[in-house]
Amino acid sequence: MNYTTNIFKVDNVLHHLKHYLPAQASLKDFIHHNTLHAFQDRKFYDALTQSSKIFGYKTSLSLKEYRDLYYEGKISESIILKAIGEKKGSELPEVWFDKMLNGAYKDTFAGRRSHLRNNWKDLYSVDLDLAIQPFLFRFLCSYLDQGIAIWSFPVWNKGFLTTIREMERNTFISFFKTPRAKQMLMDRKCEISDLLAILVGDETLYEHYLFDQQFAHPGWSGFVSVVEDMPQTLLDTRRISLQDFIIFELLLEIDTLDQKFGENWLPLAKRIKGHVEPLFAPVPITEYREVLHLWQDAYEWTFYDQVLGGILENPEKENNLEKSGFQAMFCIDDRICSLRRYIEEIEPTAQTYGTPGFFGVAFYYKPMNGKFSMKVCPAPMNPPYLIKEELDNKKNKKDFHFADYTHSLFFGWLITHTIGFWSAIRLFINIFTPRLSPATTLSFRHMDKHSRLTIENSDPQLKEDGLQLGFTITEMADRVEGLLKSIGLVKDFAPIVYAVGHGASSVNNTHYAGYDCGACSGRPGSVNARVICYMANHPEVRQILRSRGLDIPSKTMFLGALHDTTRDEIEFYDDNFADVAQTELHKHNKKVFMQALDMNARERARRFVTTSKRHDLKNLHEAVKKRSVSLFEPRPELNHATNSLCIVGRRALTKKLFLDRRAFLNSYDYSIDPEGNYLFTILSAAAPVCGGINLEYYFSRVDNLKLGAGTKLPHNVMGLIGVANGIDGDLRPGLPNQMVELHDPLRLLTIVEHKENVILKTIQRTPQLYEWFINEWVHLVCIDPETKAMSKFVDGAFYPYSPEYIPETKADLTNYFKTETGNLPVYLLKS
Amino acid sequence: MERILELLIVWPFLAFFISLFLPKENEKLISGFTFGVVGVHFFTILGLLIYWITLGFPVLNLKEFSIYESADMDFFIDFYFDHVTAVYSLIGAMLTFLVTTYSRIYLHRESGYKRFFYTILFFYAGYTLAVFAGNLETLFIGWEILGLTSFLLVAFYRERYLPVKNAFKVFSIYRIGDVGIILAMWASHHLWHENITFAKIQNYELVHHHLEAHSVFGLFISIMLLTAACAKSAQFPFSSWLPRAMEGPTPSSAIFYGSLSVHLGLFLLIRTMPFWEHQLIARILIGSVGIFTAAIGASIGRVQSSVKSQIAYASVAQIGLMFLEVALGFKNFALFHFAGNAFLRTYQLLVSPSAVSYLIREQFYHFVPKHEHIETHFSKKLEYTLFLLSIKEYNMDDLLDRFLWKPFKKLGNLLRFINIKNVYYITIPTFIAGVLIHLTRFSLPPFLVEILPEIFALIGLMLVFRAYSGRWNVFVVWTLLLMNHFWVVLAISFNEHLTFYEIFFHLAGVIPSGILGYFILWKMTKLEPGVDLNKFQGHVFEHPKMAALFLLACLGVAGFPITSTFVGEDILFSHIAYDQVFLAFYLALGFVISGIALIRMYARIFLGPHVKRYHAIAQRSS
Repeated sequence: MNYTTNIFKVDNVLHHLKHYLPAQASLKDFIHHNTLHAFQDRKFYDALTQSSKIFGYKTSLSLKEYRDLYYEGKISESIILKAIGEKKGSELPEVWFDKMLNGAYKDTFAGRRSHLRNNWKDLYSVDLDLAIQPFLFRFLCSYLDQGIAIWSFPVWNKGFLTTIREMERNTFISFFKTPRAKQMLMDRKCEISDLLAILVGDETLYEHYLFDQQFAHPGWSGFVSVVEDMPQTLLDTRRISLQDFIIFELLLEIDTLDQKFGENWLPLAKRIKGHVEPLFAPVPITEYREVLHLWQDAYEWTFYDQVLGGILENPEKENNLEKSGFQAMFCIDDRICSLRRYIEEIEPTAQTYGTPGFFGVAFYYKPMNGKFSMKVCPAPMNPPYLIKEELDNKKNKKDFHFADYTHSLFFGWLITHTIGFWSAIRLFINIFTPRLSPATTLSFRHMDKHSRLTIENSDPQLKEDGLQLGFTITEMADRVEGLLKSIGLVKDFAPIVYAVGHGASSVNNTHYAGYDCGACSGRPGSVNARVICYMANHPEVRQILRSRGLDIPSKTMFLGALHDTTRDEIEFYDDNFADVAQTELHKHNKKVFMQALDMNARERARRFVTTSKRHDLKNLHEAVKKRSVSLFEPRPELNHATNSLCIVGRRALTKKLFLDRRAFLNSYDYSIDPEGNYLFTILSAAAPVCGGINLEYYFSRVDNLKLGAGTKLPHNVMGLIGVANGIDGDLRPGLPNQMVELHDPLRLLTIVEHKENVILKTIQRTPQLYEWFINEWVHLVCIDPETKAMSKFVDGAFYPYSPEYIPETKADLTNYFKTETGNLPVYLLKS
Repeated sequence: MERILELLIVWPFLAFFISLFLPKENEKLISGFTFGVVGVHFFTILGLLIYWITLGFPVLNLKEFSIYESADMDFFIDFYFDHVTAVYSLIGAMLTFLVTTYSRIYLHRESGYKRFFYTILFFYAGYTLAVFAGNLETLFIGWEILGLTSFLLVAFYRERYLPVKNAFKVFSIYRIGDVGIILAMWASHHLWHENITFAKIQNYELVHHHLEAHSVFGLFISIMLLTAACAKSAQFPFSSWLPRAMEGPTPSSAIFYGSLSVHLGLFLLIRTMPFWEHQLIARILIGSVGIFTAAIGASIGRVQSSVKSQIAYASVAQIGLMFLEVALGFKNFALFHFAGNAFLRTYQLLVSPSAVSYLIREQFYHFVPKHEHIETHFSKKLEYTLFLLSIKEYNMDDLLDRFLWKPFKKLGNLLRFINIKNVYYITIPTFIAGVLIHLTRFSLPPFLVEILPEIFALIGLMLVFRAYSGRWNVFVVWTLLLMNHFWVVLAISFNEHLTFYEIFFHLAGVIPSGILGYFILWKMTKLEPGVDLNKFQGHVFEHPKMAALFLLACLGVAGFPITSTFVGEDILFSHIAYDQVFLAFYLALGFVISGIALIRMYARIFLGPHVKRYHAIAQRSS
């Protein structure tokens, strides 16, 4: 990056700004992504160092936190020595070890950002942020509001600055207190460079100034930038650009200064003495940073070593495939990995598979009576398909507490006198016996169980909203083939194959979308599960598949379902079999699912400190369900907390391993994919999705105040698009503390079962994919399918790795679930 | 029944003191204790009310004990129980019970878990005291506790900038309300020649008799009461603090600003209604403030795009209507309205995070795209103007700033000649001269003697302003604020004879608090170089104990009801004649501004983003 640009080019600077601003869309589209995405073109550790120095972020645990972990035994000494050896080579390991443990370094998280703009306060005694921000945020929020205000924004569809001009022209009051800023706005003489000439007066400082200014409220600026690029994140669309927003803020700054000093004040640059350090000047790596990085390496590999040791010891035993009772495909989500373990434990003949929870069918979904369609596939995809829900009568229950009229003067007056008292009763009921209400976000509400879906396309010309209605037979066959081959399910089909999507239920949860399936753009996966099963059951599709060598016996039925990860409940779709034997089988399988869900709930409950473990299995499950409907429960479930692994390979690799719900599991059979084509598809999705989740958790955990959303208890919903603290605050992107407090900030370890050279070629197919690995934002370990030899990917090549850890074997973990709330080590499970 | 009532009032105080000593880590114990205490309280009130109803709604007045008694004044604690108390106490107990239950799990793992619960208990103790109060003095104690706990709960997230800034704002406006109560107390003292109880003003004959002789004085009291009520209930021009108070955890916002605290201004009006209901001007004033606030509150509420501020303004508008209702004489109707509003807003705030999913679902299924419609130029102009005005909250903040805070600061700036170098040279000799004059009884011209109290009080007040506006050395500010009490005592001693005991009573709280505060400041400057008042420094992060002690010292100097100074202030006021409105005003203003300046000192030194950057620190704008 050229940090000494002298000539200010507004487009470049805007582009640069947009690149660095947070990229979180509105709450309904909550999609995890790497918080420091702007730094992804650098090595992970360089990014940590630079972003910390430039923006003042805390990008890793503090030295004390690492040392405490070491003393608690969570970081192993031998791994530390190994890490030193790898990084420092010939140097004496003891010296670095001593530095790590006893070095006197001072943590400081003070960035360069704001240094320039702070001079308003220091030299002019003006607090511009205090004077401008409250009004600026309130006005912007009104402009973007999606339906909180009763009196919605009066000017519509004109663009931000045009709107302001239009209002300024037609009002008895003014946005401004002084004439100059107003004049500039109305005369359209308000290019960013014009305004900066007045305010700053030195071109070399313009970029720095804009960064200072916009990063004083990264939440709002980032959101403006997102809406500019992706207007569809607002259902009620708005036209706005970062440029307009910056111009307005600069005008308000001039206005504030004019009010205080008249029009004669010197620009900032004229009064600054001395040199302002450029924002993006190179950041030297200090010994302190090196020590932190060594700690992080050791912290990560202490855990990775356990996992790899576990995999090495895991006895690979394939099921007798011909007798498998049923097969079930799940999402790769880390929350599912324990459920799969229980299903296999209860029904040893069952086989489970993992694949991204949209099951390879990407489309938009429009529910009955919906005015919009929503994307139900990974966020970067833009599928040209639409699937509609059809239902005879669908109603949404109402709750008057959210109604406009309670806020108006006269209706409000009537209501407080009458049903205001009903609130008291509701409150009593909700506090002492929490139950479902219209305010609850319920995963099963995403699609009605009794609805029909328009899956099959009869006429490719048939379009709605510019999207093709449903899929043609060939399109269906392609998707089914792709899915089954990528997970390695190509033969020995069981009589019933389930496709189980997942969603979550919660109440009083602004981040609800982040709890649903990430592969479905933060929505439940029920529609996708149903759609893929319809396709796979279609006789004509089967015929095409047979012609392509994929023979699904006619007896085999695919059955869609939705698993609610918060409540640990399941709902099956279209489960009316003509065949009696199959009906019986399904009945039996259902029981397996139910029992597995009970056990899964018990395992999850071990981390819920406020849930008593003395309940029996059923009651414990009830207690877990209750969390999802309790208004006062800020942790309905723990979501992806503690995620740190992504395993791409056959289930046999991990079948008997206890991974403590920390792994994304993607089924993949190297033997049917010698070229790595399916692997490429898998990794192209897994790296950004799982890596994105993992890194968002990482950064929200290490700096919850700047990179996360802070505690959610004081959050206030702004315009239905985001949350802020109180009413004058900046938007808070990132994850709230309640979601990440239990998370260990480890990068994702991706384990792939294939030959080294195939993996290497696969990840190098696109630069975007390769960047994740070569820049170390996720780790990669290769397991040779034949020799089970492990090698780790470092700087573009694989180096052999042999784990030290030998896992203990446990027959039953139930007792741990009663007492242990922290992470458990990797165990081998006795069957 | 009397004994149970007394117990009901003591109970939360006792619980608060016990809760201070509970172990910080034991969430179950802390919340279980609070749950038990508030639960027992709630059910006792419920039982008591039933019993009270069977007795046929008797009105009770309990004179408890005198804190200070002399020939011409009697500062006593008095309790009163009638249907207004019944409604307020029942709703208060019920909502506090529900909200503490709610918070038990909601606040799990939050740092400050214990702080939250003991602040709630303290708040509840203050609330109970205020609604059971039988005279203004008792009510004022509860009122002050509410002010302090509000400050503490708004600033619950004390390591961030905005909560601390807004907590300070709320506290400042509450303090303005306090001027109203202090002056109302002073004036009613002269009107009745005693510390009148609410029971006595029910006597129409008595009220009528006194008011007839002093109708202007009566109106003055009413206006002061209205000022206090407006500040507490966020009526015009004070409304803007209410939405900004929503900085703490949602349940605390719900109970404070959705329901209990914010309706206390209304309570004050209902309580003192027998006093002002025969003054037409007072009723017109109350009604107009109410209807005006209702109108602009509703209009501001309509444009709010955040859930909590929308609820806040909706509530402000409803309270405006309640003011109107009491002004029209519908007291019981207003009580009913209060109950409904309190329940509704509490529940709305508690479910406010659900608004996202609920309203987006609504939008998803019922969205109607906007269409441009043609309108006349004038109607468009009016619409935009109203919209912008509502977004700007009718410039209420600017208004307060321009007419209240700025003049204070300007006054302080006029006194720039007093600076850190000469502050002691100027003030100490003047003060000593004053004392000497007083002791030696110089024969001064009578007109001079007459205005000396005003002069000395004014000097004290000016120094308070100087302390308020200047951001200087902490020791100087502390000394100036402390000295105000001495100036005031000096001023009053010229006015009437002050006994040594009275002076002692007043200064007994100030001096130890002053010394304690000075000591902590000294210690802090030793520990942390660069302690000043220029910005928030957040030293509570490393020195929580010092912060707590310093807060105590500030409260002591500010005359908060934890020391005898609280009563001392009232004693001093009793020596101000009824025609010395200026003197009374100087004193009241001095106490109020010094209170604000003290809390600001505390906030600047101990709260806000920590100046030491070795741990993660929130953005200022967050």
